[in-house]
Amino acid sequence: MNWVNSLLGSNIGRKLVMALTGLFLISFLFVHLSGNFLLLSNDAGAKFNAYSRFMSTAGIIRVLEIVLVAGFLIHIYTAVVLTRKNASRRPGGYAAGNKTPGVSWFSKNMGLTGSLILVFLILHLRTFYFEYHYGTIRQVYYQEQSQGEMATKVKLTVLEEGQIPPSGVDVYKDMAYIAHEAFQSPLYIIAYTIAFILLGAHLIHGFQSAFQTLGFEHKKYSPLISALSWIIGVGVPLGFTIIPVLMKLLNPLYANQ
Amino acid sequence: MKLTLKIWRQKSTDTEGRLVDYVVDKISEDMSFLEMLDVLNEDLIKKGEDPVTFDHDCREGICGTCSLYINGRPHGPTRITTCQLHMRTFKDGETITIEPWRAKAFPVVKDLMVNRSSFDRIIQAGGYVSVNTGSARDANETPIGKEIADEAFNSATCIACGACVAACKNASAMLFVGAKISQLAMLPQGQPERKRRAEAMVAQMDAEGFGACSNTMACVAECPKSISMANIVSLNREYIGAKLTSNQV
Ligand code: HEM
Ligand code: FES
Repeated sequence: MNWVNSLLGSNIGRKLVMALTGLFLISFLFVHLSGNFLLLSNDAGAKFNAYSRFMSTAGIIRVLEIVLVAGFLIHIYTAVVLTRKNASRRPGGYAAGNKTPGVSWFSKNMGLTGSLILVFLILHLRTFYFEYHYGTIRQVYYQEQSQGEMATKVKLTVLEEGQIPPSGVDVYKDMAYIAHEAFQSPLYIIAYTIAFILLGAHLIHGFQSAFQTLGFEHKKYSPLISALSWIIGVGVPLGFTIIPVLMKLLNPLYANQ
Repeated sequence: MKLTLKIWRQKSTDTEGRLVDYVVDKISEDMSFLEMLDVLNEDLIKKGEDPVTFDHDCREGICGTCSLYINGRPHGPTRITTCQLHMRTFKDGETITIEPWRAKAFPVVKDLMVNRSSFDRIIQAGGYVSVNTGSARDANETPIGKEIADEAFNSATCIACGACVAACKNASAMLFVGAKISQLAMLPQGQPERKRRAEAMVAQMDAEGFGACSNTMACVAECPKSISMANIVSLNREYIGAKLTSNQV
């Protein structure tokens, strides 16, 4: 197994680890984003809460969660090792700085954007993950109500302390309400938006860089990958940050409570 | 032209250095940057001072010996070697900062001269093909397509000046190593030692203390021979492929 150590301990090997974990984290980002879109369903959070329960209980997802945490930890650990080693390769630096034109800011500041993403990630886990699993999150159940003709509407009931729900209804932790609450705070919205701009900056360079690290380059496909980097780097943050806005417009149920 | 020069002076590898100001006058626009430094050195010698040490050899842009980090860029404001840089690129009265290449793997020998033998050791580790000597073989004995021949030639034009290392924020040698690895990986002559070469050259590159590649492409932007990013991507592919499939356990 000497060769594995020598591969993983090499400069290229470390970048390989960054690229593989980075691309894996991007795939997770898409899953997360598509889940978040359930918040836009005008059903008092019924679909989103069902999805949240699935994501935090289903066995396969719990296993993937461990893989995800490992992915993050390996990405972060390797980032720290790489960034520190790289910084030591030119002790002292240049008096005149570096004025090479055409070098993207994104590519030079992956350590910075990554570290700030990490700060937000911790805040984010505190607000959502921790709250869902260990917090005093309110419990709700849903009942369908016929409304005139054919239309049915979902009625949301919040469970009081000690109250026993009617038999036959499913009780959910109201994760959608936590999201709604979080987005009431301007401070949270600002942090959330900044975090996604930073994530976008990380991905505009990171996505295409990962392919280069993996040794992929082709006249036909490389321009496509560069374009995709921008589409992902701009599109994913836009998707995430537009949800709180659209939630207010499309899902007014909470606002009326 | 009259110019103020801020030049890095350092007596030896182990002593501290600093930037020292000099003024040069009556510099012709048609002089090369190195000739301008020659004028300064003649002045210094006349005054009994220690002239500025800097590397140079062919002075026609083909050997890769000249270096100098000028005003924040390797080889100065244009993408050619310092020996081919002319003073008309600068303005009369300008202040020019001149530093040596800076990298852990390129220790300063004296003033602006650095020791680039780390590059030689990387080439010695595998940047060659082993052939039996004897009478010269027919040039067209092994057919090579024009496209491949051109690509391999482009990679082979690297003059090992080290501008890529000097420009990179990580002082990475990936463009230099990538050029040699890709050149030989493309050609039939390079096949027998292909995997061993990639593993050995990268191991030596790391041992010399060069940094990892962040794909910022500053090296590509500064390379006087226009070595392309494809060489670095190919190096990644060759090395990872070799590690995964060679018989070296
Ligand atoms: C949590 C904190 C994070 C830190 C500290 C971090 C740090 C870094 C650093 C320093 C690099 C560049 C290494 C280099 O080439 O010099 C990098 C690359 C990358 N990161 Fe992150 N990152 C973080 C989160 C993320 C996230 C959330 C994603 C994706 C959703 C991501 C995706 C990538 C990708 C795709 C690369 C490119 C790999 C390559 O250049 O080959 N990172 N990260
Ligand atoms: S002195 Fe030979 S390339 Fe400049």
